[in-house]
Amino acid sequence: MKEAGQKAARPDRRRSRRLRFSRDDRELAFLCFPAAVWFIAFCYVPLFGIVFAFKNYKVSAGKGFLYSLFVHSKWVGLRNFEFLFRSPDLWVILRNTVGYNLVFLLIGVTLPVALAIMLSQLHSRRLAKICQTAVFLPHFLSWVVISSFVFAFLSTDKGLVNSLIRALGGSGVLWYQDKAPWPWLLILINTWKTFGYSMVVYLASITGIDESLYESAVIDGATKMQQARWITLPLLRPIISIMFILNVSHIFSTDFGLFFQVPRDSNSLTQVTQTLDVYVYKALMQNSNYNFASAAGLLQSIAGCLLMIGANRMVRRIDPESGLF
Amino acid sequence: MTGIREIRPDGLGRFNRIRPLTNLLFSAVFVLLAASTVLPVVFVLIISLSPEASIAQNGYSFFPSSLSLSAYEYLWLSRDYIGRAFLNSIGITVLGTALGLLLTSTLGYGLSRPSFRLRGVLTVMILIPMLFSGGLVSTYMINTQVYHLKNTYLSLILPGACSSFYVMIMRTFFRTSIPDGIVESGRIDGAGQIRIFTRLVLPVSLPVLATVGLFLTFSYWNAWYGAMLYLDSNHRELYPLQYVLISIERNIAFMAKNEEHFTGESMGSVPSETARMAIVMLVVIPIACSYPFFQRYFVGGLTIGAVKG
Repeated sequence: MKEAGQKAARPDRRRSRRLRFSRDDRELAFLCFPAAVWFIAFCYVPLFGIVFAFKNYKVSAGKGFLYSLFVHSKWVGLRNFEFLFRSPDLWVILRNTVGYNLVFLLIGVTLPVALAIMLSQLHSRRLAKICQTAVFLPHFLSWVVISSFVFAFLSTDKGLVNSLIRALGGSGVLWYQDKAPWPWLLILINTWKTFGYSMVVYLASITGIDESLYESAVIDGATKMQQARWITLPLLRPIISIMFILNVSHIFSTDFGLFFQVPRDSNSLTQVTQTLDVYVYKALMQNSNYNFASAAGLLQSIAGCLLMIGANRMVRRIDPESGLF
Repeated sequence: MTGIREIRPDGLGRFNRIRPLTNLLFSAVFVLLAASTVLPVVFVLIISLSPEASIAQNGYSFFPSSLSLSAYEYLWLSRDYIGRAFLNSIGITVLGTALGLLLTSTLGYGLSRPSFRLRGVLTVMILIPMLFSGGLVSTYMINTQVYHLKNTYLSLILPGACSSFYVMIMRTFFRTSIPDGIVESGRIDGAGQIRIFTRLVLPVSLPVLATVGLFLTFSYWNAWYGAMLYLDSNHRELYPLQYVLISIERNIAFMAKNEEHFTGESMGSVPSETARMAIVMLVVIPIACSYPFFQRYFVGGLTIGAVKG
């Protein structure tokens, strides 16, 4: 069936090279046109805005934006980047960004895998199905909603945690002002939100493993632990590696909602909760510091791009079909 | 039934089950995990059904002194603000999903046809944004100063409508799951690609349309970042429901910092804590009630996209 289709396509190819643009091509171009316009408008036109990072943006009153940006604002080369690197904030922010991402990464390739293997062994399939559905829920909740949940627990005067502490004789903790517990809190909350989805993805892979491999292992007298170690994990290695590598390529970008909404943008916590995305947002929207924001954003894009390409090469080496490009 | 392996009672499988004690342990772990994910929702539900006085006295608790619908009454009374926001969210979600499906399916179909002349160019066109983006400042400036999207519904619908990832999911589906026979029979009947796409291919593409459609729906329903960027406080009628929550919290923080300027009456006009949790329930209930039915689409979509590019 497929060959017949290809054979029919080949004569088309020759014909369409002779004609300027076949009818099929015209119609397909028409179909693709709206999406192409969207990509150009929202992905490519903003690329021109990269010049922001190299200019000292000054609005010129009375004239349009393009005039302000391209004519009126002075070209300053790499000076914005210099200022950015000299500011002490940047290093704290980079530490936060990369640090949190590394922890999330490590947890993300160990915990959901272990849970997926455990879940696949439960005797009661009904319980497994119910639990699987339940742990999937946090993935569908937005950070705004989750920050309300967290507030219900951590609110200084009304939260459940402080109520329990007071009932046990202690005095309440000022959760939103004390920065010490927040790294752990953020890691816990992020794990809570993401483990269900990852677990289900790994579970889908485990289902694909051939039964007979386990059966022959049983005949050879393998214990469950041995089966997990020598059959399940090696067969999961490709997908674990791919997930790992793809996540490494995102190491400079973070989920804005987690680091902005959940701590409720509290100033006393920024030392440990502010990441690059939050910094760029605040510089843009709250401080109108366009220069810093655009320089930081550009660095983030470049770093992400290089990492993505590198990550894709490595993924391709593991499984040639799985690369993104 | 994703991922739950059948342990055949007659096959070798029954010798390969974990010990009952281990099973008990594992089951307990999963019951706890499931409880941890469901409990916060239940907690917020209970708070939203608690009377204000109970909250003031005992704080948030699983066991309020009584149950009361006062929070929901408040929502009903504020229905021009809250109800409007709810309708905004629905409208944005529906329109955004429709637009997104239109854009991704057409482009995905075009890219899936091997003989299409522009295929190479368009493939590169969708790949570059996956690697590199203009950054927040650039995007924000272009959207507000050049396209003049600030304070419009379009600012919440357009930027998120399409994504290279979804286009690739569509392309993979159209390339592998549509039998060539369908396209060929359309050609033989003299139909052009547009007609083949709309009359023959789309009707049999429900799985991929459902998958991408669901991704888009949940993403639009949960969206608040766009509202934070592009809507200001003079245009409250545009607020989607998620942003209402943010806005209320900001007002409270603002009022707390500026206590001396606000009289007792203004403080009273801020929705109470129970009302705020009731708004959270408005957001969460549609999600919680619908996602179990759509689980398999989400997993399927991710494994196609992430693994088979």
